[in-house]
Amino acid sequence: MSKPVIATASLAGCFGCHMSFLDIDERILPLVELVEFNKSPIDDIKKFSKPVDVGLIEGGCCNSENVHVLRDFRKNCKVLVSVGECAIMGGLPALRNSIPLRECLEEAYLNAPTVDPAERIIPNDEELPIILDKVYPCHEIVKIDHFLPGCPPSADLIWEALNALIEGRPLHLTYDLIKFD
Amino acid sequence: MPQAKDPVLRHPKDPSALLDIIRDVQAAAGHVSDQDIGRIAAHLKLAEAEVRGAVTFYHFFSLTPRGRSAVYLNDSITSRMAGRTAVARAFEEEAGCRFGEVSADGAIGLFPTSCIGMNDQEPSAIVDGVVFTALTPDKARALVRGLRAGTPARDLVAARGDGANQSDLVRSMVVNNIRRRGAVLFGAHETGAALRRAVSMTPKQVIDEVKRSGLLGRGGAGFPTGLKWEFCRREKAAQRYVVCNGDEGEPGTFKDRVILTELPRLLFEGLAVAGYAVGASTGILYLRSEYAYLRDHLEEVLAGLRRDGLLGPKAAGSASFDFDIVIKSGAGAYVCGEESALLESAEGKRGEPRDRPPFPVSVGYRDMPTTVNNIETLATAARILEEGAAWFKAMGTVQSAGTKLLSVSGDCSRPGVYEVEYGLTLADLLEMAGGTGAQAVQVGGPSGACVAPAGFGRRICFSDLATGGSVIVFGPGRDLFEVVGNFLEFFIEESCGWCVPCRAGNVLLRKKFEKIARGLASAEDLREIEEWGRLIKSTSRCGLGQTSPNPVLTTLKSFPELYQARLRKGAAHGSEFDLAAAVRDGCAAAGREPECKESLHD
Repeated sequence: MSKPVIATASLAGCFGCHMSFLDIDERILPLVELVEFNKSPIDDIKKFSKPVDVGLIEGGCCNSENVHVLRDFRKNCKVLVSVGECAIMGGLPALRNSIPLRECLEEAYLNAPTVDPAERIIPNDEELPIILDKVYPCHEIVKIDHFLPGCPPSADLIWEALNALIEGRPLHLTYDLIKFD
Repeated sequence: MPQAKDPVLRHPKDPSALLDIIRDVQAAAGHVSDQDIGRIAAHLKLAEAEVRGAVTFYHFFSLTPRGRSAVYLNDSITSRMAGRTAVARAFEEEAGCRFGEVSADGAIGLFPTSCIGMNDQEPSAIVDGVVFTALTPDKARALVRGLRAGTPARDLVAARGDGANQSDLVRSMVVNNIRRRGAVLFGAHETGAALRRAVSMTPKQVIDEVKRSGLLGRGGAGFPTGLKWEFCRREKAAQRYVVCNGDEGEPGTFKDRVILTELPRLLFEGLAVAGYAVGASTGILYLRSEYAYLRDHLEEVLAGLRRDGLLGPKAAGSASFDFDIVIKSGAGAYVCGEESALLESAEGKRGEPRDRPPFPVSVGYRDMPTTVNNIETLATAARILEEGAAWFKAMGTVQSAGTKLLSVSGDCSRPGVYEVEYGLTLADLLEMAGGTGAQAVQVGGPSGACVAPAGFGRRICFSDLATGGSVIVFGPGRDLFEVVGNFLEFFIEESCGWCVPCRAGNVLLRKKFEKIARGLASAEDLREIEEWGRLIKSTSRCGLGQTSPNPVLTTLKSFPELYQARLRKGAAHGSEFDLAAAVRDGCAAAGREPECKESLHD
């Protein structure tokens, strides 16, 4: 029997959830036996090459590329999981949601004291993704099957959740796993 | 400065005077300024935050100027059905400002408000405390022109209504629309007979008589009145209070307004009977601000009862029953209809519900044992004392004795007040009111139930369709989604904000409902909105949050096909996200062309 396939992505996040995932320490050895990675920064596969069982999403959506990636994950993953505060609620990036977008861009690229006066421009290269009017949590854009809370969720939490999902067990997060203070 | 004239200093240095002071300042200056807040706080030795908290809690108080004349136009669904939109536009055009604003010359302020108890004569508005009913765009324009020319609002009332509305103390254009007079409230009775009989009995006998009658509270909850009085009497205390809940705020109900207008003696007699039964020497009528136009009339009735010896020392010829009644005014807050919130407000504070238990019968007004009864309950209790429990129990059904006053409005040819025996079917009521052919009837107001034609055989009684009295008829052409949306908005506006499930949950509920209404929802959303509704109901502290999801939950049950028809076909997940719209601002800021190929939804 082939191993379950997983994929991961970091959208508008800080990669902290991926770092926390790596905090599973020596359990990375059983992980390699347990699953096969497809599209993920962990193995640097850029495109989906086969159907995926579990997709883990870090970060919300702040630009058009995030939306495309997220929709791509939804198409290719049987189960999609929002991992961490930013994916679930928008997190720190969503602090800009109460400020009009133009104001944010002008502050960052035109008016900030560190901007070189000769280079005052709101980035407009067509290679750049287009920034969204606000930061959206993932479930407002596609259906999300599970939510792993935390900033970041602990390695134990991610490990337990991943094992439950690939074994087909119900997700049962005990209090010590979701207690953060 | 002569203290008698100063709106702050003329009041006692008693924190319970807070709302009265704010009301006077608001009336004198059109708002309560920072400076006023400081003066009030100093006078009452309260923190400024407490004063500010009270000002911002009530609709009719404001930190910013509301204009020399303030127009409060009712925003209930029935008002909308009667043409509110065109009337509102006329107000805005003539005043030169939008709703929520004050005109540039400071003359006119326009504000929406929740149901003002005129559902049978909409669209209606309160202007400087004066009620204007059956408004049209032309009347709205004439009203604004008159106010701007400096004519006092009360002089702009063209014709007076019927009954006591015509009296010089009321001078109101409001009409009673009493369509059906039953034997209890509108039966012939003699002022004083009930109270004289009561004081000839022992308090325990009075309570037993009311218990035997099977009288259940008429405000909606249906608690046995005699039992409530007994609980209160049983408490050992230096003082007890009886309070009449005159905060008739459930959208669509206006029957208490008619009792206050036409049967105030009966009501006050009922309050005195309650006072005798529980052993109170003071009764309080908590009068909603919207009915302040009746206050002079009510004060005069109280003065008359004192002259007749029915109130005051040794009331009604008794040996030792000293009893009098005072009126306390609200300031615009639906939640004050909840009895513990009402007591907070009567004590001069923000009208936030208390934790219960202890219930008011143990710890009520000023921490003393207190009964709070609805206006109709007290008037009915007076009649029971006059005619006897057996007479009363012979009417209605076994479990729901007596008659009920219903306020019928909406799509019917005879809107108004109906006194009917319990057990009447909805179909019979619609027949009486000229509302046959309805697609739905809202029984009990937004917090009640929306009933489909299949349920028109159901009966008005406590074991089937329990209601505080609001019955709103929706004809075949009405969009029930607009109705539900209006009700949800109402609860968001009126939530006191204490409980998260009510404060935040009702907003989420409306967002989800709008998603469904816009045709973007999936079956999953229907499941979620039901789940969230149940959560809000089960985790809110008072009746507001415990009933606020009912507009959604009861229409989901009665009209599932309406919701099914709005779902996105074949979508497992309903997303409201619109990429083309979401990138618009970013493209404009960077001077880029949007990626036009974006699909609207995934």
